Amino acid sequence: MLILAIDTSAVASAALVSDDSLESVVGSFATADTRSHAEVLAPGIEQLLSGAGLRGADVDAIVTGVGPGPFTGLRSGIVTARSLAFVWQKPLYGLMSLDAIALEVAESTEAAAEFIVATDARRKEVYWARYALTAGQLPQLVDGPHVGFAAGLPHLPVYGAGAGLYPDDVRAVPEFASRQPEAVSLGQFALARLAAGEQLLDSTPLYLRESDAQVPGPRKRAL
Amino acid sequence: MNRPERNAPLVLGIESSCDETGVGVVRGTRLLANTVSSSMDEHVRFGGVIPEIASRAHLDAFVPTLREAVAAADVTLDEVDAIAVTSGPGLAGALMVGVCAAKALAVATGKPLYAINHLVAHVGVGLLEPADGATGAAAGVPGGLAGSLPENLGALLVSGGHTEILRIRSITDDVELLGSTIDDAAGEAYDKVARLLGLGYPGGPAIDKLARTGNAKSIRFPRGLTQPKYMGTAEEPGPHRYDWSFSGLKTAVARCVEQFEARGEEVPVADIAAAFQEAVVDVITAKAVLACRENGITELLLGGGVAANSRLRQLTEQRCSAAGIRLTVPPLSLCTDNGAMVAALGAQLVMSGTAPSGIGFAPDSSMPVTVVSA
Ligand SMILES: [Zn+2]
Repeated sequence: MLILAIDTSAVASAALVSDDSLESVVGSFATADTRSHAEVLAPGIEQLLSGAGLRGADVDAIVTGVGPGPFTGLRSGIVTARSLAFVWQKPLYGLMSLDAIALEVAESTEAAAEFIVATDARRKEVYWARYALTAGQLPQLVDGPHVGFAAGLPHLPVYGAGAGLYPDDVRAVPEFASRQPEAVSLGQFALARLAAGEQLLDSTPLYLRESDAQVPGPRKRAL
Repeated sequence: MNRPERNAPLVLGIESSCDETGVGVVRGTRLLANTVSSSMDEHVRFGGVIPEIASRAHLDAFVPTLREAVAAADVTLDEVDAIAVTSGPGLAGALMVGVCAAKALAVATGKPLYAINHLVAHVGVGLLEPADGATGAAAGVPGGLAGSLPENLGALLVSGGHTEILRIRSITDDVELLGSTIDDAAGEAYDKVARLLGLGYPGGPAIDKLARTGNAKSIRFPRGLTQPKYMGTAEEPGPHRYDWSFSGLKTAVARCVEQFEARGEEVPVADIAAAFQEAVVDVITAKAVLACRENGITELLLGGGVAANSRLRQLTEQRCSAAGIRLTVPPLSLCTDNGAMVAALGAQLVMSGTAPSGIGFAPDSSMPVTVVSA
């Protein structure tokens, strides 16, 4: 099974993962910055495909990170995934973006039995979720995702760029202090969960915050 | 990439610069489909377009709108020669959705992509012919530009997002901005004044309707940027000869309402609506016709959502005919933001041999009108 995975919840990233290939990665890319999604995502996907000598017809499913993440960037990946799935007529799945880091934690040597993944939510807040780990199993989401101040997180080791931003407030794990969700891990997670017969999400974005719009109050009268 | 058909290219156009998600399909200058999904209802309680709400709506409306447009045009994406998308000007987050969607379509289909200017697309729509040869069905209004661009063409664009007068020497590579609003767009002024008067959103239709029962002459509101220091003369134009400003007008209306209230009198809402509308329409048409006369423009296209305003149409017609200017007003469904106008301009670019934009460009929320395609 060949999956095209896309995540733009923080950086812009895409990956081709397949259960037929070594370490399941056919190709991947990720930007370093969090503000160039519209420019780099489509060319990146085009190069991924042509670099692997593949066409849309070869892809079996498309997986998109559904956040949480800053809204404008997040939407660029989701609308890209929805459009590709529409044209190629392929199934489209969503995965919570923090899962990408959770999988990397599970595969690392210093994994704790219970941990938090946190990313930058801007406005001095983080997006976060709590995971539990049993040996040999995929990480299990036990709480979240939420948005809130880093200081309010449960007292567990915190992985991801959201921890690195607030080292005074949380138990940040140094090796993961600048880690962002990326499509390659997300795609691997999706592949593993589909293989295990688990359900994935649809592509509905997890905004977690309302739009900032305020309903205007009644106009003050001059009297 | 396929080489597009130069004679009558089949072009898919995508629009998402404000609160309308539009997908249109044209073949050359023939309109095949124009599907629009609007998030306007979601903005009503806020009294204006909320960018984040519009962007969320674009994300969810895009694929359904695309599916419907392709079905209505009775074409397949495989048959399309090129894709065009609004890359600016507009709301940054809203533009991003349409641009990313268009790029994904280009990647998925291998078709060339044109990143085009929304304002010039409002002009491009005037070149469309009727859908099926019947007059008046699509763009087939009597007096439409009918497929070819006249010499000495100008365009007056009035909407909730923009107020501009353009000169078009070539729709694919030579468009000049003669004047524009320096603050609020005309439609925005309508929305703000409608809120002041308790008339709801969108303000344009509400004020237009009520104004018919009011006396426009009972109050005189200011016409912005009409003083000699701004206007100058034809030989020595002032800094804002063809520009508009509506923020002072909005303040004047607020003062006027307050004064009635302070005196304990009933606010003459219909009269204020009529006088406000007259001030807006008077200054828009006076400056537009002045710009036409002084720049040799003899054909004027009226576009944008405020083209629906009955008084604006009436006074523009009057003043244009008095000045010997031929006026074209596309049907309203093509005046408001839509994907067909984007497709129409895209087809012009293909037919002129303009190179596509590729898929590396960024949307530009303040794209200048001199950039027809990125
Ligand atoms: Zn417009």
